[in-house]
Amino acid sequence: MAESGKIDPMHQFAIEPLFGTDHLSLGGFNIAFTNSALYMVLAAVVLWIFVIGGLKRELVPGRWQMAVEYMTGFIKNLLIANIGDNGRKYIPYVFSLFMFILLANLLGLLPLGLFGLHPFTFTSHFTATGVLAIMSFSIVLIVGFWKHGLHFFSLFVPHGTPLPMIPVIFPIELISFMVRPFSLGLRLFVAMTAGHVLLKVLAGFVINSANAGVGYGLTVGSASFVLMIGISALEVLVAVIQAYVFALLTSVYLNDAENLH
Amino acid sequence: MPQIAQIAETYSSQIFWLLLTFGFVFFVIGLGMVPKVQGTADARDAKITGDLDAAKAAFARADDAEADYRVRDAESRVAAQAVMARAKADAAKASEAKLAAADAEVASKIAAAEARIQAASNAALAEIETVAAEAARDMVARISGVDASEDAARNAVKAALAHG
Repeated sequence: MAESGKIDPMHQFAIEPLFGTDHLSLGGFNIAFTNSALYMVLAAVVLWIFVIGGLKRELVPGRWQMAVEYMTGFIKNLLIANIGDNGRKYIPYVFSLFMFILLANLLGLLPLGLFGLHPFTFTSHFTATGVLAIMSFSIVLIVGFWKHGLHFFSLFVPHGTPLPMIPVIFPIELISFMVRPFSLGLRLFVAMTAGHVLLKVLAGFVINSANAGVGYGLTVGSASFVLMIGISALEVLVAVIQAYVFALLTSVYLNDAENLH
Repeated sequence: MPQIAQIAETYSSQIFWLLLTFGFVFFVIGLGMVPKVQGTADARDAKITGDLDAAKAAFARADDAEADYRVRDAESRVAAQAVMARAKADAAKASEAKLAAADAEVASKIAAAEARIQAASNAALAEIETVAAEAARDMVARISGVDASEDAARNAVKAALAHG
């Protein structure tokens, strides 16, 4: 424990106020500009620059415009496949959600540690993913009750449910519905946290085994390093998949709100 | 786990900055820029579909024009053939008439010539009779010294001519 204690795999998730804004507050709440906030701003700015490249509005697009249009088209197809043509109005929200999470995940994976910086993945914090999940869930609730009124509750009674089963089915469906924001937020938080912890633990193996001697370094250390390379690639995939899952589930839930069943 | 250990101190800052940055992303990028990007893509799709439809329509028009051309071609062929058949018939009729006229003329000429020949041969025969009768009278006078009458000589010549 004393040996491995040198490297704390959880330290990467620590939130630290930057630029001496420790006590910045608004209405009695602390709103310090932290490393987490910095990466949120970075994700927003990178996304902004990316989308500006798509605003050339040329009939024959260049590479950059093509890339931006590919992403918006991807979200459009996702929404149309899940919701139908009604889904087009959610393109701005789901695009923002998908790209923001995707860039947060990818920016957090950048090997900035090589330059002495501390990359930070704010999607590994459930305070951040929870807000996004609650936002999606709120939109589902608002759209559902706006469009269908109290009829929205029929969502919890699937078609063709026998009458005596309704008292049993209704609470089950209600609970599964209420669990959605938690599963949405926790899935992203857990996936990002687990991947980053795994990478840091393996990195700790490499460093500690190398320090323990050449024999350990060449066996345990190099094996861990090879594993890290593979897992780093896997993490890039997970970063994309988790952003996609978040957008996909949001659109599936929105489909419930738009079309009931 | 800092996510849980630091939650009390950091939740308000996390939520504030997330709402601020995501608000910027949603309102400026999502609502302000994405519809324009998507609009460009949709306009391009519409233009491609429109161009394809126009090309399809032009193809259909070309096919129609070709079919029309074929029909008119066939029609004018039929008309030309009718004109040719009529002309042939007319020409045949005209040449038939001319031939008939020529035949009649030739026939009449032949008839006239035959008549002339007949007349000439009759005249020649009559002359031969006369000459023969004269010769017969001369021969009779010389041999027998009897002056045979003209009628008797003529009859004798006729009889001799008729017996060949």
